[in-house]
Amino acid sequence: MARITADRKHAPSAYSTLDVLQVLYDRVLHISPETADAPDRDRFLLSKGHGPAAYYAVLAAQGYFPAEWLDDIGGRGSPLGHHPDRVLVPGVEIGTGSLGHGLGLAAGMALGLRAQGYATTRTFVLLGDAELDEGSNHEAIAYLAAIRLPVTAIVIDNQSATHGWPGGIGVRFPGWQVSSVDGHDHDEIAAALGERPDRPRVVIAHVEPKGQ
Amino acid sequence: MRETFVATTTALLAEDPRTALVLADISADAFEPARRRHPDRVLNVGIREQLMTGVAGGLALTGLRPFVHSYAPFAVDRAYEQLKLDLGHQDAGAVIVTIGGSYDASAEGYTHQSPGDVALLDTLDGWTVHVPGHPDEAAEMLRAAARHDDRVYVRLSAIHNAKASLGTDLKVIRRGTSGAVVLAVGPMLDPVLAATWGLDVTVAYTNTPRPLDTQGLVALRPTEVIVAEPYLAGTSSRVIASALAHVPHRSLHLGVGRTEHRAYGTPADHAAHHGLDAMGLRRSIEEFL
Repeated sequence: MARITADRKHAPSAYSTLDVLQVLYDRVLHISPETADAPDRDRFLLSKGHGPAAYYAVLAAQGYFPAEWLDDIGGRGSPLGHHPDRVLVPGVEIGTGSLGHGLGLAAGMALGLRAQGYATTRTFVLLGDAELDEGSNHEAIAYLAAIRLPVTAIVIDNQSATHGWPGGIGVRFPGWQVSSVDGHDHDEIAAALGERPDRPRVVIAHVEPKGQ
Repeated sequence: MRETFVATTTALLAEDPRTALVLADISADAFEPARRRHPDRVLNVGIREQLMTGVAGGLALTGLRPFVHSYAPFAVDRAYEQLKLDLGHQDAGAVIVTIGGSYDASAEGYTHQSPGDVALLDTLDGWTVHVPGHPDEAAEMLRAAARHDDRVYVRLSAIHNAKASLGTDLKVIRRGTSGAVVLAVGPMLDPVLAATWGLDVTVAYTNTPRPLDTQGLVALRPTEVIVAEPYLAGTSSRVIASALAHVPHRSLHLGVGRTEHRAYGTPADHAAHHGLDAMGLRRSIEEFL
């Protein structure tokens, strides 16, 4: 992370995701640079494409691309932009930046994997709490609940949604299994993301409020 | 054409395990037998068109070949960013099959009409746009689209020509001697043939405006080009101008007007309003020539 200097604008949102991403790649996801194209690999989708510095740092640490790439985020000719592009970056499953696209793509991926018989493959998608303001998320949330598709959503809650969420984030996911964790506690995060659920679940990872 | 779409796609779902179909309630009843046979690959997400194309993008990223279907205004106008990002930006493909077109739903009003669908897709890269003029053409296009992973748009219409013209290349339907070429797109062919009866013009036809068979057009060495397309007037002017950049020519682009037509009635009433019936076309063509 220390070598990443270019993306100052999104710095708070970058650090808010770091622990969750480390736990995912170190302890949860069945995926590696060698199996990055295996059809039955676990899928991780960064829906919240803002502040991808932590994501890039974790992918580099896992060996998906050389750490030197981190020195030129957003530079001319750099594969790493301020929002990740799956076509340019090894290990990145979807290109994001415009908010509210990850859950729909995740639903399609999980359905495509199920249709092809990859019964043990899991699909994870990470969102920000402010991103939930986008209405497209709610199309996916309601549909996934209706078909009981076991997708795991992780919402990083740094209280950045302008108008907040009366009743909390969990009530925005009716029909989902809801849990909350300390977004910096690795064991808590790992426990919440373990086991394949039998219906969609959302893990709300609380971190310090944006700007503090 | 909608019946052809249902029959062809139902057959493709049975023949090819890569084929998938994503619906947002529209035509769900017609696909119910297919859904019962292939519940994992026929998906109705409810009235959620953003999700419909998001799901298609996800399916494509796992190797399936998704077909997506709704009214044109919901599949294209409403979910434009999903077409741009969940397909194009992901380097993923799908086959978007729409009904309604410009004014097939004339009595439903402007909410159910999309004269701008092809123009919107023209802002994006890599889309093949089919505008079949006959159900048999639609069947051929759908079957071809199932065999690759590119982005394909199939604009079905309730209006069609008397005869099918298979293949996607530009075809000369009637040959004149004057150097004037009238290019009819999809269901515009029969009205154009009626409108140009007795005129010394060449009538050419395409059911695939993108990529347009520009070689076929240039080979006709046109001195006047008149395009009649069943969507927003001028949509193809950029493509025609570029194809004929080095050929001295005049051009006229006929199509659906930009101003909302706040009236109901039949598709024929709307065609007449926009000057796209035989009489209106004849008037415009004669004035221009």
